[in-house]
Amino acid sequence: KERTVITRVHMHELAPDIRNKNNEEVNMGLTLDEALLEAKRCLDCPNPTCTSGCPVNIDIPSFIKNIERNAILEAAAVLKQTSALPAVCGRVCPQEKQCEASCIYTQKLGKAAVAIGYLERFAADYERKSGKASIPECAPLNGIKIAVVGSGPAGLSFAGDMAKRGYKVTVFEALHEIGGVLKYGIPEFRLPNDIIDAEIENIKQMGVEIITNCIVGKTITYDELKKQGYKGLFVGSGAGLPRFMNIPGENLIGVMSSNEYLTRINLMGASRNGDTPVLSGENVAIIGGGNTAMDAVRTAKRLGAKHAMIVYRRSEQEMPARIEEIKHAKEEGVEFLTLHNPIEYMGDEQGRVKTMRLQKMALGEPDASGRRSPVEIPGAIETITVDTVIVSIGVSPNPLVPSSIPGLTVSKWGTLVVSDDLQTSIPAIYAGGDIVRGGATVILAMGDGRKAAAAMDQYLMSNC
Amino acid sequence: MNKILKKAFFSSNVVYFEVEAPLIAQARKAGHFVLVKVGTNGERIPLTIAASDTTKGSISLVVQRVGVSSAKLCALNEGDYITDLVGPLGKATHIEKYGTVLCAGGGVGVAPLLPIVEAMKKAGNKVITILAARSKELVILEEQMEANSDEVIIMTDDGTYGKKGIITAGIEEVLLRERVDMCVTVGPAVMMKYVALLTKQYNVPTMASLNTIMVDGTGMCGACRVTVGGKTKFVCVDGPEFDAHQVDFDEMQMRLGSYKEIEQKAMNQYLTSTTSN
Ligand SMILES: Cc1cc2nc3c(=O)[nH]c(=O)nc-3n(C[C@H](O)[C@H](O)[C@H](O)COP(=O)(O)OP(=O)(O)OC[C@H]3O[C@@H](n4cnc5c(N)ncnc54)[C@H](O)[C@@H]3O)c2cc1C
Ligand SMILES: Cc1cc2nc3c(=O)[nH]c(=O)nc-3n(C[C@H](O)[C@H](O)[C@H](O)COP(=O)(O)OP(=O)(O)OC[C@H]3O[C@@H](n4cnc5c(N)ncnc54)[C@H](O)[C@@H]3O)c2cc1C
Ligand code: SF4
Ligand code: SF4
Ligand code: FES
Ligand SMILES: [Mg+2]
Repeated sequence: KERTVITRVHMHELAPDIRNKNNEEVNMGLTLDEALLEAKRCLDCPNPTCTSGCPVNIDIPSFIKNIERNAILEAAAVLKQTSALPAVCGRVCPQEKQCEASCIYTQKLGKAAVAIGYLERFAADYERKSGKASIPECAPLNGIKIAVVGSGPAGLSFAGDMAKRGYKVTVFEALHEIGGVLKYGIPEFRLPNDIIDAEIENIKQMGVEIITNCIVGKTITYDELKKQGYKGLFVGSGAGLPRFMNIPGENLIGVMSSNEYLTRINLMGASRNGDTPVLSGENVAIIGGGNTAMDAVRTAKRLGAKHAMIVYRRSEQEMPARIEEIKHAKEEGVEFLTLHNPIEYMGDEQGRVKTMRLQKMALGEPDASGRRSPVEIPGAIETITVDTVIVSIGVSPNPLVPSSIPGLTVSKWGTLVVSDDLQTSIPAIYAGGDIVRGGATVILAMGDGRKAAAAMDQYLMSNC
Repeated sequence: MNKILKKAFFSSNVVYFEVEAPLIAQARKAGHFVLVKVGTNGERIPLTIAASDTTKGSISLVVQRVGVSSAKLCALNEGDYITDLVGPLGKATHIEKYGTVLCAGGGVGVAPLLPIVEAMKKAGNKVITILAARSKELVILEEQMEANSDEVIIMTDDGTYGKKGIITAGIEEVLLRERVDMCVTVGPAVMMKYVALLTKQYNVPTMASLNTIMVDGTGMCGACRVTVGGKTKFVCVDGPEFDAHQVDFDEMQMRLGSYKEIEQKAMNQYLTSTTSN
């Protein structure tokens, strides 16, 4: 009883008018005392509903009770049994829709959920700072070589799990940096690079080799990998292909995809110490309402935009972005232009975008996604001033790998078709993460990596 | 990290490199390019693979020094390492026996033209190569082109070498003289635009290799997009070669200027910092 009267811990944050001018992490983490108290709120339910809300079924009560008795390193070890990247997931998981939505506090008590995500982050950070990070035990090498395409969360978690099982794993990454979207997409004010690097270091410690600047299907083909003795391939190549709206003026200077904008800044260091340029403007419009749009708009604010705007065709309720992100964006001075949809961009003599025409929308009946669909209000068109537009309306799978391996079955959306075991139409090739799901989440990609590792292990053991 | 095995100057601003890259040397075909990044904070810039040597495991690049990133690359020496190099990227050139092929290159386009000239010759075509430059000291790769062409015509704006005049004048002379089955052009967007307008008049199918601004080179960002036949295409994965008669060269030219001011400022800063050391 007394546990339930404790109020949920509050996350310390950098002040909005300071953080919107730098690249520091916004969420500052919990102190030990706060974590101990928050851990106390967990009721250690005999039938923990929270765990079934987590896509990888982390043993939530077990890690939280370890925190409560101040055995933080043990809590971290519990997390690592299931998650290859706990410090990452504790930060970017949509907790409010997953584990925390299924916590008994939310479900039965009508109170704020146990802060599972904050505690997860706390335990992982504590372990990293302690310098006593435990390397999961690996079985002795079994002599079987496995190749992985892509070093995003799917590829990394697959690699870690196969290494644990004694396989010799090589990850091939097309870019010059390791981490996939975690590095080139999600900004440092939400997920600092040294945190990703520390988790990558753990995976390397387990004997996983990572080769950057190597594109499977271009630099090296699947056939060559087979010749080199690789017995299995896991494709975790993500959904990196940006979508555009195909409206007039979309190729003007200053109109770009969120992938381009975020890659220039996060991967290439544009606007900081990098040689890569980026356009920054006074009036920056981001088209879209997902996590990527929020990351882009908050980045634009940090690059000095006077007006950084979200332009979204539905209302705030239908936005797919995390609630925390929308809240942070608003605090930082981001403007929200909901129920507006761009129909045309106009430029100046040099071709730089100058204005955009917006069609005003109203909400109609729910559509296939269950959200109320946007409907045009006839004749309601307005023009606003912009000098930079970032199109963030989603991504499709990159066709590079699927098209380079004949025999892989691809869906009409360009995703790889897999069985329940994540096996593709070629038995020795498994796939997971965004290349299978389209744009999804870090934790789902990680979960796929784990599941595919278990399934491929079984397949190889019975077929090799 | 890729080691530089050999460096030579083709002119004061054009450098030839032979770089260790065994996998790329194996996999590459004419028309493919690589992305190169110098230093941890370097920019990723696309460069055509000019040649490869599978026994040595090396590829050759011909780099024209135009701004900060190409200057940083050109400043490297034999034995130095290129921080990041990835490829081969893009679609390979469609090579077949057309009959007579006219290859027209100018400015930065001459280096990327060389492997195409070579492959067209190897496929049994009669190859006529036209190289255009502002003046004599900017003419590059003449010898290499000679070795792989039936005829090389040099055009200079100021008449200091070869014939005086712009590239289209040289092309038109050939078109009036004999039947040409295919034209390939690589160079500045404006040049390709006028080449395409001319060959269209003569009904000669024409391929242009486009050099748009790139970041990843794998289809991930869309920085390289161009309009071809009214549709948006990504040069790094759908190209770099397209039907020149369908390309919107004005839009391409405009987009190449996206970062002009920032690039010029950066180059000035780079020049002051390197001369003061
Ligand atoms: C800006 C942004 C913000 C996001 N925010 C969140 C969030 O807050 N929470 C959340 O859960 N999810 C978020 N997501 C989604 C999440 O990042 C992705 O779902 C997840 O990263 C998918 O993982 P993946 O391993 O499948 O692919 P990716 O992370 O995309 O990694 C794929 C990797 O494969 C490489 N690759 C591709 N082709 C080849 C090839 N042929 N050879 C070699 N390598 C190749 C790519 O370069 C890349 O590094 C966000 C996404 C973006 C873009
Ligand atoms: C497929 C392809 C093949 C190419 N092959 C060659 C080659 O073999 N030899 C060669 O010398 N050059 C080649 N280029 C051009 C070369 O990439 C540019 O000259 C170089 O990127 C300029 O960078 P910079 O920093 O030195 O100059 P900057 O001063 O930054 O730029 C000069 C101009 O180059 C263009 N440019 C700038 N950044 C990029 C970029 N990231 N990608 C592409 N263009 C850019 C812009 O139009 C800019 O105005 C090729 C380009 C493409 C797309
Ligand atoms: S991984 Fe994500 S969903 Fe699972 S417990 Fe952690 S924060 Fe919750
Ligand atoms: S449901 Fe909530 S209270 Fe119960 S074990 Fe899970 S986190 Fe603890
Ligand atoms: S360079 Fe990024 S998509 Fe072509
Ligand atoms: Mg540059």
